[in-house]
Amino acid sequence: MQSAKPILEARALKKSFKDLEVLKGIDFLIMPQELVFIIGPSGSGKSTLLRCFNRLELPSEGSVIFDGVDLVSSNTDINATRQQIGMVFQQFNLYPHLTVMRNITLALQKVSKKDADEAKNIANQVLKQVDLEEKINAYPSELSGGQQQRVAIARAMALKPKVMLFDEPTSALDPELVGSVLQVIKQLRKSGMTMVVVSHEMRFAREAADRIVFMCDGLIVEEGSPKQIFDHPKQVRTQEFVSEITR
Amino acid sequence: MSDKIEFDRLAQFIETFFRPDLIREYSGAIGHGIIITCEIAFLVVITGIATGLFLAIIRAYNIKILNILIIISVDILRSLPPLVLILLFYFGLPLLGLNMSSFIVLWLVLSFVLAAFAEEIFWAGILSVRQGQWEAARSTGLSFGQSLIYIVIPQAIRITIAPLTNRTIAITKNTALGTVIGVSEILNQASTAQSFSGNATPLMMGALAYIFLFIPVVIIGRWIETKFSWKRA
Repeated sequence: MQSAKPILEARALKKSFKDLEVLKGIDFLIMPQELVFIIGPSGSGKSTLLRCFNRLELPSEGSVIFDGVDLVSSNTDINATRQQIGMVFQQFNLYPHLTVMRNITLALQKVSKKDADEAKNIANQVLKQVDLEEKINAYPSELSGGQQQRVAIARAMALKPKVMLFDEPTSALDPELVGSVLQVIKQLRKSGMTMVVVSHEMRFAREAADRIVFMCDGLIVEEGSPKQIFDHPKQVRTQEFVSEITR
Repeated sequence: MSDKIEFDRLAQFIETFFRPDLIREYSGAIGHGIIITCEIAFLVVITGIATGLFLAIIRAYNIKILNILIIISVDILRSLPPLVLILLFYFGLPLLGLNMSSFIVLWLVLSFVLAAFAEEIFWAGILSVRQGQWEAARSTGLSFGQSLIYIVIPQAIRITIAPLTNRTIAITKNTALGTVIGVSEILNQASTAQSFSGNATPLMMGALAYIFLFIPVVIIGRWIETKFSWKRA
């Protein structure tokens, strides 16, 4: 039973920045095809945890196991592993000097060693999935925020990752542009993509997530189904947070 | 009466700076100087900027001992007047058995100086590229070096075009310093001609030659600046 094995797992994960301990011992796992939302007040360590999942932050203690490989170990070929872990950022981080196509094909050609034609085909495919085929030759500055974020998602999808990490993907967007990005996440979920999302979109989390993880002060306080977390939180801090955001 | 004085002054001015016979006599020499200046300027721009970029890339790898060496040499080169270096190289190095022509000395010194300034400019450009660009690149599996070459350096270069153009013009104008070690560039030809003729016309020809040479560079610099500027996403 392959589906019984977690695709991504954090064990006793700690992360400190100088004297400040941001993650204080996190145990977390995500099963294939799951959509997990990490929520919590700002400064709770959500983004840091997410960034440990592809070693953008190197954990101070503990381990991150992705598909059987320990990311923290210095023996791991991190560049090869990162291709299988897509990441989408709050600020999109498209390359402003490259066209949409080059944004997508660069890693395909330089890391996955696809030839130019194949990379272009893949770029066309993923752009179709985010409904932006016609923007293939545009530069990022010519796109709206929502379009840029969809290109960023397409760039991550192009590498056929086993997991996708979303770090507040809609926080930098104007409200009317949020929907199109969430739509893409929904589609990805339908296609069976495993995803971890740090987000403040609570309505979307309730509707789409398989599981909600509530973090506070560098620890996972509570996790469960959206219904459980939003309607019947057990912990006091979860109750406070939920009543705060749903007020 | 006063018209006569005005006319005399004008005639004297032309006699001093624009004597037609001297223009004819020395245009060949000044032309030769222009060629030499162009050669050195071209070589200095190529080697200086390439070396500066190379040093900035090395510095990005953050290898402590190399970075200390780069920072010290760059600071020394930036604080010394280029003329001091030229004299030191030209008159000092032969005592160590290292003989170089004045042309080579001028080229090397100005390249070093331009490289030092260019390194600092490129380095500032590299630092100004937002961290998110690195993170996006690395998260797709690009190595540090690939992220630097394909993502960060191209953006850094666009940011640095304006200060780099200014610095390049300032340093290539220092080709005129070659005159003190006898490089037969524009100023050398002009001042030689000036002492033979006892007239300032050759110097004025030299000045015009510099304007003729560097105005296009200034214009090209401005053109590159607008061409490579792009809106930040």
